[in-house]
Amino acid sequence: MSQHHHDHDHHHDHEHAHDHAHGHEHSPTQPDDKVHSYYQILGVALKELLIEKGVVTADEVRAAIEARDMITPAHGAKVVARAWVDPAFRERLMSNANVAVAELGFPMNTTELVALENTDDVHNVVVCTLCSCYPRELLGLPPSWYKSRDYRARIVREPREVLAEFGTSVSDSMELRVHDSTADLRYLVVPQRPTGAESLSEDELAALVTRDAMIGVATVRV
Amino acid sequence: MRGPNDVGGLEAGPVDPSTHELAFWEKQIDGLRGVIGAKRIVISHENRRTIEQLGHDVYERLSYYERWTASLQRQMVDKGILTQDEIDARVAQVRARLAATGELELSHEEEAKCR
Amino acid sequence: MPLERFTEGDVVRVREDYPIGHFRTPVYIRGKTGVVTRRFGAFGNPETLAFNLPGEKKHVYEVRFRQSDIWPDYKGSARDSVHIDLQDNWLEQP
Repeated sequence: MSQHHHDHDHHHDHEHAHDHAHGHEHSPTQPDDKVHSYYQILGVALKELLIEKGVVTADEVRAAIEARDMITPAHGAKVVARAWVDPAFRERLMSNANVAVAELGFPMNTTELVALENTDDVHNVVVCTLCSCYPRELLGLPPSWYKSRDYRARIVREPREVLAEFGTSVSDSMELRVHDSTADLRYLVVPQRPTGAESLSEDELAALVTRDAMIGVATVRV
Repeated sequence: MRGPNDVGGLEAGPVDPSTHELAFWEKQIDGLRGVIGAKRIVISHENRRTIEQLGHDVYERLSYYERWTASLQRQMVDKGILTQDEIDARVAQVRARLAATGELELSHEEEAKCR
Repeated sequence: MPLERFTEGDVVRVREDYPIGHFRTPVYIRGKTGVVTRRFGAFGNPETLAFNLPGEKKHVYEVRFRQSDIWPDYKGSARDSVHIDLQDNWLEQP
């Protein structure tokens, strides 16, 4: 097993700045969207007050939303495809993932990334049972099911049933390994390279890699 | 014994694998939380703790970003950055403004929370 | 810097305690026995950082548990496992 064994002096604020822009930044709601919840009103009130007090600026919030919106699972897919075609990169990814993904221009903010390689013998799947820890730097914001009580409750207890609900079956001869990410580590599943993809370029391979495959609830198919 | 967030192994239903884009207001909260985290006004460990401290009832009734909004309010008051009075006054103001522009469509239940 | 008490291959038991506060050791794994599979180094302690206090850094390990050791009625393969990152202060020698 690899180990990176050093003192982590960084801070662990993974939620950092990223999300959406959409071009309309003034109105608290979308023009075609009504406000249906008390908490929407509260959110607008808090944002206005925090801007007026100089705690945050409107530009900072906008930039955070825009930055987050730039990150899609295509980032993670590039990492996976590179690992498939470049054995030296794969080696670096498995031994020190933060360094490897930074090479591709996707630095981790404050957390430590671990790449989990699926093999003929082991299928990995990731969850955060306590909240919603997720490698946002590589996959963007987590899908709603990843944050849901149903997924978080069941994937650690009946993972094969949950994978079946995603249309994924894992042979009984294989080890199904669930990773519960509880604090400072983030996990990226490196799916198995599909058979029949031998002639594809790195970019074509990346296009096959889905978000769900990098969480581990799906496999990659040609 | 068990925090409202600590659900690993509990009975639960089928996972709904459908995905939906975040609503505009959810992205706003995510962005706001991102800036407040990046400035280390409230780090993520504190954010998780205040979400857990919403308690079982509130945690289970609120959606993901509603929890973030509720905990942001709590954090700002706890740290002396905002007062509850000014938040309440601003909520009333925003609500009146949205009602005037026809953007507001609250159920009775939501209406009651505003008071 | 605290001592790193465990290493790969060590059998460890998760403390079966239920203190009030902010803890990153899920309840379902408390009291269970597993094997250390990786050392991650020392991280700021979420248990104190959650209250805006610095506290002492804690070593974090990946610990591997057999599903059948966590859930006696587990229905999948006997090889299936759960790997969790756990803090040094939640682990003890069985």
